[in-house]
Amino acid sequence: MEFPEELKYTEEHEWVLVEDTIVTVGITDFAQDSLGDVVFVELPEVGAEVVAGKSFGVVESVKAVSDIYAPVSGEVVEINEELPETPEVINTSPYEDGWMIKIRIADTSDLDDLMDADAYQAFVEEEA
Amino acid sequence: MESLGTNGLVLNEKLLFEHSDPGRKGYSLPPLDVEEAVLPEALMREEIAGLPELSEVDVVRHFTRLSTWNYGVDSGFYPLGSCTMKYNPKVNEVAARLPGFAAVHPHTPENLCQGALELMYHLQAALGEVSGFPAMSLQPSAGAQGEFTGMLVIRAYHDSLGAKRTKVLIPDTAHGTNPASAALCGYDVVPIPSGPDGVLTAEAVAQHMNEDVAALMVTNPNTLGLFESQIADICRVVHDKGGLVYCDGANLNALLGIARPGDMGIDVMHFNLHKTFATPHGGGGPGSGPVGVCEKLAPFLPGPVVKKEKGAYRLETPSGTIGRVKAFFGHFGVMVKAYAYIRTMGPEGLKRAAQMAVLNANYIRARLEGTYHLPYKGRSLHEVVFSDRDLGGDCHTLDLAKRLIDYGYHPPTIYFPLVVKGAIMIEPTETECVEVLDEFCEAMKAIAREAEDDPDRLHQAPTRTRVRRLDETAAARKPRLKWEG
Repeated sequence: MEFPEELKYTEEHEWVLVEDTIVTVGITDFAQDSLGDVVFVELPEVGAEVVAGKSFGVVESVKAVSDIYAPVSGEVVEINEELPETPEVINTSPYEDGWMIKIRIADTSDLDDLMDADAYQAFVEEEA
Repeated sequence: MESLGTNGLVLNEKLLFEHSDPGRKGYSLPPLDVEEAVLPEALMREEIAGLPELSEVDVVRHFTRLSTWNYGVDSGFYPLGSCTMKYNPKVNEVAARLPGFAAVHPHTPENLCQGALELMYHLQAALGEVSGFPAMSLQPSAGAQGEFTGMLVIRAYHDSLGAKRTKVLIPDTAHGTNPASAALCGYDVVPIPSGPDGVLTAEAVAQHMNEDVAALMVTNPNTLGLFESQIADICRVVHDKGGLVYCDGANLNALLGIARPGDMGIDVMHFNLHKTFATPHGGGGPGSGPVGVCEKLAPFLPGPVVKKEKGAYRLETPSGTIGRVKAFFGHFGVMVKAYAYIRTMGPEGLKRAAQMAVLNANYIRARLEGTYHLPYKGRSLHEVVFSDRDLGGDCHTLDLAKRLIDYGYHPPTIYFPLVVKGAIMIEPTETECVEVLDEFCEAMKAIAREAEDDPDRLHQAPTRTRVRRLDETAAARKPRLKWEG
């Protein structure tokens, strides 16, 4: 299971790529593996406001339906338009083709609460 | 051991559309002896395309063959956790078919259907007696609608006080429909983690409890099959801040005649007559989800409810009612069956049913605990949740479930509750004898050995069924919802 070094992670198993004031969000390899085959994704609309720690969308697998939580507060500036048609890429490419939304971050201190790859790895091992 | 899941002669069957032959029909009409009435042009279709054309025997064979593919509680053990697939005694069906009940029209005036109203009145009272709630509506059509109704009653109560409460607290061991019911009523759902032993703590509730919270929704016993032992303290914490406590009564089977949710401090609860009170469900439904409430919530119940006055029964709509949630009086036939069950069992019988349900679940737990991982070790009530952690050969819960079909069993509930990874949730119910439980446990153990020695048997299962393992992922991603020649 891979947890790229350049990403940050949440306890709810989202990953975050920080590029200046824009953060890209998806779910981790561990999350997709736990969920099993993803069959449906619901994302917010561009322009929506998301709040750190609150649900911004839904991912449904053959096993369960789960909320996806915003790692930071801010405005949704872009969504992965292709994802609802091809939810399987969340399983095959969670960190690249499976990205979900980009958020313009309102307050960069939100990033302080996130884990780095090593801390997330340890968190996952404890949870498994 | 000889398996129940043997292959006899199973007749194959095509879709009705594939049987169709133009011009074939299953009716014959006498010659027209009146003037033909013509529908307005705008209402006429050019043609009705695609409907199958069949003879009577085609249709009878089609559905008779399909019926032989069915697996139900009348064909074998059905340990579907959370669903309480207990046996449905046939005498209840006899009662529901009595012409006075089966043929009564819902528009019959009160004075001509006193018997039906009397039954509803006594059912309200009997449910009140086992649950500790003084007021009852029999109207909701099943469990989820009962939840919805209960939450609307809670909202109406807060509205009547002019209170603006926006949140509902729901622990992660509650039933999966609870968050949806709260959200449908316009509430924000706040999930609360259960404690390390799978039980909700009053402390965790207190951390989230404030004046914005309309209610806490709990399931007791919870979806791990554990009794919420802090429930009285939890109710106090919620009530102290003006909130109400909703209990999902789907697991009431474990408590009948032993403990009453109303006495625990709970304000609203729905019943599942189709679980706890042995009326058919699944394909055999419909369900019925009466809602019981404490005194101060009685004015908000859906109407009408049945009252007794001067020896006669009459319908009355509560003063602050949330309105109707279902046409007429709910699923009356189901009420007759549930009432027949309550009366044939009697108070001692209901208590014994709860005790046997708990005993059976604990028997399975004791027999399988050394073989399957038991993530929560608290005392089980009516169901027990294992996980696939110790299953060998890269086999998972889904493989186990499919392999159980080969052994002739309906699989248990899997991957729920979500707090257990790879959950296997077994609820045997009280209606199974020890021989059936032993056979099932032997099958579970045999499958665990197969996982070690010959895991492909699990990966390829089911192998003894009409169709092999279905591609659930493709069915969900690319569903084919209509027949296309």
